[in-house]
Amino acid sequence: MGIRFILMVNKQGQTRLAQYYEWLTLEERRALEGEIVRKCLARTEQQCSFVEHRNYKIVYRRYASLFFLVGVDNDENELAILEFIHLLVETMDRHFGNVCELDIMFHLEKAHFMLEEMVMNGCIVETSKSNILSPIQLMEKMS
Amino acid sequence: MAGTSIMETLFQRDLDDLIKGIRQQQIKESLFISKAIEEIRREIKSTDLPTKSAALRKLSYLSSLHGADMSFAAFHAVEVMSSPQFFYKKIGYHAVTQSFNDDTPVILLITNQLRKDLNSSNQFEVSLALECLSRIGNVDLARDLTPEVFTLLSSSKVFIKKKAIAVVLRVFEKYPDAVRVCFKRLVENLESSEPVILSAVVGVFCELCLKDPRSYLPLAPEFYKILVDSKNNWLLIKVLKIFAKLATLEPRLAKRVVEPICEFMRRTEAKSLLFECIRTVLSSLSEYESAVKLAVVKVREFLVDDDPNLKYLGLQALSIIAPKHLWAVLENKDFVIKSLSDGDYNIKLESLRLLMSMVSESNVAEISRVLINYALKSDPEFCNQILGSILSTCCRNLYEVIVDFDWYASLLGEMVRIPHCQKGEEIEHQIIDIAMRVKDVRPALVHVCRNLLIDPALLGNPFLHRILSAAAWVSGEYVEFSRNPFELMEALLQPRTNLLLPSIRAVYVQSVFKVLIFCVHSYLLHKENISSVNTDNLASEVPESVFARMSCENSDLATSEAPASSEQHDSFNPRNINQSFGDLSIENGGDATVSNSQASTSASLGRNSFTQESIVNLFNIVELALGPLSRSHDVEIQERARNVLGFTDLIKQEILNPVVQGEENLARAETEASRVVKLMCDAFSEELGPVSTSAQDRVPVPDGLLLKENLADLETICGDIQLPLSSSFSLSSTPLGEAVDISRTNLQSKDETEPSHESTSLLAEHRKRHGLYYLASEKSEVASNDYPPANDPMSQDKLNDDAEDLLKLTEQSLAPKKKPNQAKPRPVVLKLDGDEISVAAKKPELKDDLLSGVVQDVLLGNDGVPSSSRSNRSENLSGKSKGKEKLNTDLSLETKENVPGEKMPDHVNTSSRRSKHRSHGKERRQKGQGKDGEEKEDNGQKKKRKSNHHRGKHKAHQRADEPSNVVAQTPVIPDFLL
Repeated sequence: MGIRFILMVNKQGQTRLAQYYEWLTLEERRALEGEIVRKCLARTEQQCSFVEHRNYKIVYRRYASLFFLVGVDNDENELAILEFIHLLVETMDRHFGNVCELDIMFHLEKAHFMLEEMVMNGCIVETSKSNILSPIQLMEKMS
Repeated sequence: MAGTSIMETLFQRDLDDLIKGIRQQQIKESLFISKAIEEIRREIKSTDLPTKSAALRKLSYLSSLHGADMSFAAFHAVEVMSSPQFFYKKIGYHAVTQSFNDDTPVILLITNQLRKDLNSSNQFEVSLALECLSRIGNVDLARDLTPEVFTLLSSSKVFIKKKAIAVVLRVFEKYPDAVRVCFKRLVENLESSEPVILSAVVGVFCELCLKDPRSYLPLAPEFYKILVDSKNNWLLIKVLKIFAKLATLEPRLAKRVVEPICEFMRRTEAKSLLFECIRTVLSSLSEYESAVKLAVVKVREFLVDDDPNLKYLGLQALSIIAPKHLWAVLENKDFVIKSLSDGDYNIKLESLRLLMSMVSESNVAEISRVLINYALKSDPEFCNQILGSILSTCCRNLYEVIVDFDWYASLLGEMVRIPHCQKGEEIEHQIIDIAMRVKDVRPALVHVCRNLLIDPALLGNPFLHRILSAAAWVSGEYVEFSRNPFELMEALLQPRTNLLLPSIRAVYVQSVFKVLIFCVHSYLLHKENISSVNTDNLASEVPESVFARMSCENSDLATSEAPASSEQHDSFNPRNINQSFGDLSIENGGDATVSNSQASTSASLGRNSFTQESIVNLFNIVELALGPLSRSHDVEIQERARNVLGFTDLIKQEILNPVVQGEENLARAETEASRVVKLMCDAFSEELGPVSTSAQDRVPVPDGLLLKENLADLETICGDIQLPLSSSFSLSSTPLGEAVDISRTNLQSKDETEPSHESTSLLAEHRKRHGLYYLASEKSEVASNDYPPANDPMSQDKLNDDAEDLLKLTEQSLAPKKKPNQAKPRPVVLKLDGDEISVAAKKPELKDDLLSGVVQDVLLGNDGVPSSSRSNRSENLSGKSKGKEKLNTDLSLETKENVPGEKMPDHVNTSSRRSKHRSHGKERRQKGQGKDGEEKEDNGQKKKRKSNHHRGKHKAHQRADEPSNVVAQTPVIPDFLL
């Protein structure tokens, strides 16, 4: 599976984006998000970005007020996932222009769309920013 | 937002309004959301598509971020997704993808829509359908849409093709037979020149490989080519993961890839790739000395980096290599120890694990000392983490690393004194376990337990109660090693024991009983000896340990004890209790190690020898303390207390009647009291051993006894019986205990030829049952964790605060050379045959088996000749691919039933297919026949099939034709490896 879920959470612990690559019920999701937020948000900048949780790892990174958390299998490469997070942020930056929490709130579908271009079935399939964004730009032009 | 204008005209709140509303939070969020959902429920029923889709959009949003249930909208989502307009279709797909799962009933309705969109000329529609399939695809969808996915695998559009490849993973997982259709095209893409395609297909193989690497061994040449040619780090990381799996299966492959990987390590700037190389080398290529050395150098760079991420990963890398190359860890030991006091809990944890991996016989004491010191000054969480890892490391493989069990017993005692200690259950278990397994440790352990019991402060900490229960049991069971049973009795009866749970208190009472009997018995023996002291001259020759074990039905032995105890006949009086108490505690302070020689034990026994006065005093204490308990509301306590009191009533009279006894000196041995005591003593002298977990299996089921799997109907029989006392009885453990009992008594009646009275054996059985009852350790009544542990002010001397000091401390302990400090030989640790088997067996994963079975099947049947074994499946497939829509349920059932059996026919067919291949004259060179020749036929055939498949596709690799060179069982290795 590789990537199991991607979460974006603000400083207050509110979920701003949640993408799961395996089926979890709403209760399971809420419990999972609660646990993760509690575990990760308390950590300081000086601590490492990897947290073991249940039977997988969480790789996270903070950008301004937003935490990007990715749950991965244990044999996934942590540093590559950090790079992936960075790529995601750069891609959003390019599209929204200095992306902020509000952008993601009001354009949640677009954010999902970008993620869908990048990750499929838990595997990273696209790492080129222009490739990721071209369908969105095309669709915006059409509409 | 195309639809916005329309919505506005309808006065509908759109998604943006909703988000703004939530943000403003004029009313409570949950209230706002439930109102919004009411609104959505109304709007979504609208026949107007814009209104409906806008409602669905809002609902998706609320469901995704606020956990709103959207199952009610499933049908509406299907409606919206079938809209011809892309804008609405997208909303519908998004909702379906997000909310559908295998249990959604309307998932049956989307098959046709998905098929239609997969065949669409609009690539974005295709993309939506693929994404949807990759997320919610179930068995039916995967099976029914396999033909469409197959077609898309050769799409001319990269945008579509890469997604189709990624979807294949889901399709294979749900419907393994799809492999027969799609696998070949998937493999062809490994040679794609398009980096995006390559990266997608390698991603798929990486996931497949993780589950079952062996099946993909024949594809090694393609992966190798990518490894050497590619410049894309994302891709390289995936390929390295694949090789990490494959290299462990095929040593020659390892030899081939080790050089390129080392090259990456030297050259690459990307830390992620570097780390993947390190991990691959350390986990799969650890035989290659130079590569490992290079990797360890790189690990060192990670460790000294300022970035905590690299530090953490460096430690992790070390723990991968620790089992095979401990030197790599030792080289970095200073860093590891320093990390124990890092500010990051995760890093501390990692270094703790690493430290534990270094533990060996020679350094376990030193490492434990360092860690206990760390535990003392750590926060509760990490403190218990430390204690937990010490405990689990030390008990590994039946205390493999422990040589000096006396030391270990005192270590356990020390752990209990750590203020944050919450490892009660584990310590309890180990105390009882080593007491039963290791005979030689008992004196020391009894001493440790005595120190725990005697400390009233420990009773205030509920986390320690279970340990105290174990200590009470040990003290009672092995009371003969106690230096001062009277003091033990006082400890067991101290007023603060009312803080204990009833179940634990019951253990205390039973221990009181044992101690009491021991004392009275010793007293009686002692008196007997005075009379017979003159006639006895064997004393010095009889081993004292025998006495200690109290095998006292033997009268010779009893008399032999006389001189030792008669020397200090009258030295005991109540004041003496306190005095010796003081002595002992001073002794404890002085040295932690307890002298465990039998001589000293019996010497101290002699010192506290049993006078009438002391025994009377003992009776008084017992009656005073247990009197109130005989009216306890807890039946277990009540019953046991009454047992003890009954016993005292029975014999007290005679013991208190010295005049009569004094007169009839000769007849004394026959008195009622001494017979009763002897009887009880016999009952308690039966030694308990550890019970194998598989013991019950060995009890044969008697003929005519029908054992039910399910005891649910028990409810109907005893449903009306109330079990208000279950909390104190721990009924659950009783049946097992009894069953084990039976087997044990059977064994013993054969083994032991000791003469014993009938009543004695009955008592022994009763006693054993109770003994096992204790051992079953009241699982259901674990102390509640409601309140924090009391901080017991214990003298924590030597608290080394500096990491540097600790570093020095461990300097020697971690040195690779063994220290010759094993003065004593390691005592025998009792083993059971069940112990070895305890390692969990591999659990077979049905799904993966299925998948790999089909993969191998396909790799073999590459030429596409349908075999009889899968004819009915291909019927299924072709039926579907013609687009005929049947009701799936029965079909899917049929396939499910067929699938598990499929491996068998494959094997039968293997030889015929192989010969077909051979006749094509494309057989490759086969070396190394002898090398793996021993492998199972299975494997041989698997590899064979793979290589056959290989041959079919990679003409570049084909060389000489040697059709007749094949030995059936020999695995074929692709010649690129040779």
